[in-house]
Amino acid sequence: MKTVFMRTPTLKDCPTHYCPGCGHGIAHRLIAETIDELGIRGRTIGIAPVGCAVLAYNYLDIDMVEVAHGRPPAVATGMKRTNPDKIIFSYQGDGDLAAIGTAEIIHAAHRGEQITVIFINNAVFGMTGGQMAPTTLLEQVTATTPRGRQTTSEGYPLQVSELLALLPGAIYVERCSLHNPTHVRKAKKAIKHAFELQVSGAQGLSLVEVLSPCPVYWRMTPVKAMEWIEKEMTKVFPLGRLKG
Amino acid sequence: MCGNEALAEAAILAGCDAYFGYPITPQNEIPAYMSRRMPEEGRVFVQSESELAAINMVFGASATGKRAMTTSSSPGISLMQEGISYLAGAELPAVVVNVMRGGPGLGNIAPSQGDYFQATRGGGHGDYRTIVFGPSSVQELVDCMALAFDLADEYRMTVVVLADGILGQMMEPIVLEKKPRRELPPKDWALTGAKGREQNIVRSLWLPEGALEKHNYKLKAKYEQVQKNEVICEQYEVDDAEIIVVAYGVAARIVRGAVTRAREEGIKAGWIRPVTLWPFPTEQISKAADELRIFLVVEMSCGQMVEDVKLAIAGKAPVVFYGRPGGGVPTVDEILERIKQLTIPRNVKCKAKNAKPKLKI
Ligand SMILES: Cc1ncc(C[n+]2csc(CCOP(=O)(O)OP(=O)(O)O)c2C)c(N)n1
Ligand code: SF4
Ligand SMILES: [Mg+2]
Repeated sequence: MKTVFMRTPTLKDCPTHYCPGCGHGIAHRLIAETIDELGIRGRTIGIAPVGCAVLAYNYLDIDMVEVAHGRPPAVATGMKRTNPDKIIFSYQGDGDLAAIGTAEIIHAAHRGEQITVIFINNAVFGMTGGQMAPTTLLEQVTATTPRGRQTTSEGYPLQVSELLALLPGAIYVERCSLHNPTHVRKAKKAIKHAFELQVSGAQGLSLVEVLSPCPVYWRMTPVKAMEWIEKEMTKVFPLGRLKG
Repeated sequence: MCGNEALAEAAILAGCDAYFGYPITPQNEIPAYMSRRMPEEGRVFVQSESELAAINMVFGASATGKRAMTTSSSPGISLMQEGISYLAGAELPAVVVNVMRGGPGLGNIAPSQGDYFQATRGGGHGDYRTIVFGPSSVQELVDCMALAFDLADEYRMTVVVLADGILGQMMEPIVLEKKPRRELPPKDWALTGAKGREQNIVRSLWLPEGALEKHNYKLKAKYEQVQKNEVICEQYEVDDAEIIVVAYGVAARIVRGAVTRAREEGIKAGWIRPVTLWPFPTEQISKAADELRIFLVVEMSCGQMVEDVKLAIAGKAPVVFYGRPGGGVPTVDEILERIKQLTIPRNVKCKAKNAKPKLKI
């Protein structure tokens, strides 16, 4: 029998704590595949966020650190500056990167830190119970927007990637999605490119935003959640390369 | 070279690999000095966007096994408390210098000792400790830098050097020399890329039932070792003293002058100077209180270390406080006057048999 598909070695063989239909697991796999394909496991250090992915080190078999909410880009800066030969990446949710950690990501990009950022946009704070995130869509019902997000009181969804793409220090910014296999493959390509840029020593920050389902707090079935990304989320967060 | 620059150079001599900081008075000479010297040495200097970022950059560098430090002054140190708590949880070494200024709030830029509580009680959230030095001269400031990096590595914890605006700006002749390092454990926990080994994880989250309690006890055992082994304290003319003045940092220098003058005037005075504020010289002070004598605590604050002195003495002797907050610096005369008020003048005969010292507590 010929093996045509298997677990990539950097992804651990263990049960997951993510909810059924969650996008985090898919994103982890894409990162693990990238690390194995580039052969960089022995010099890669990952940074887990505070959020549902806080235990990312239980799934990714690489050196990893877990840091304060929103601070991964600052931690990454400290790591990369003192270890220019290492491949440093942060994995951050939309609460982590676009709310509490806005200053850290903007300034890491602004300084052109040679790091890679995987930004998981699921339009809610998953870990704390599905509250509004800066990326929550208008009219979206969350634990803290029971009447749906309103511009008058909660403002508009924050397009952080567009903001970051404006900075000269950000050399590559792309928005992808996990809502079907075609897009998963595209996301993989983008993640790999972001890592390749760092491996090649390119001068600046590379970021891939990934639209990722959170069926539990979107109050949908996993299938409906995938459809919602395609129909609703991509309208506000258009897919494609924003920079580089 | 002022105290700020001297401590920066001492950090370089101590093998500091990376400096991260955000400007704030009265310690601006440090980032300026480091921005020039660190690149000269092929090391890392980054001016961060905030103190929050600075302490997390320290966290990142430290997690990879590098020696990292940051410096700031009171308001900036408040912002760093989150990071210091995470450093404690993750057991990462770090050196943090606080050139204290007046507070609360923006306060002023004058020297102060108002951050004693914050430094010795933890400041950030959770059950943790940091080692705290309270140097009183530029030479001691310089000397404690090498020790700070060693202790941070040995115990895998944050060491805070508590200076103040006077020390930071002061110029004194000093000897700067490379000190031999302590014998230190290997950093086999560091994140270096899991080449040919299992993954290393640096974390502060302990979710399974009982896991954090176990971790807290592990930290506690470590802190007890620090308390047992690392107390530094200086004493002067304590044996026959009727009054002992306790002070640290710059305040202790002024106290030294006052006690010398008191001795010249025939008053049996002595002083105790904690050099490490945590671990606190509890035993030394407690022992000194076994004889009947008065303790006067002098600080540049409304009274913070005085609580630790009282805890050490545990009611065995009276403790009186004199302090000046908000940039006020006690003078030799002011302290001498307190000493005189608290002791029986030698040249006056006691009328009552059981005359007690005049106490204003
Ligand atoms: C300083 C601080 N504030 C708040 C929290 C609580 N908290 C934990 S995760 C989180 C939001 C996570 O949302 P996101 O980054 O989008 O990650 P997700 O769980 O959605 O993947 C919050 C607010 C915290 N841990 N620390
Ligand atoms: S709450 Fe949402 S983001 Fe978190 S694990 Fe569940 S599905 Fe995933
Ligand atoms: Mg989220």
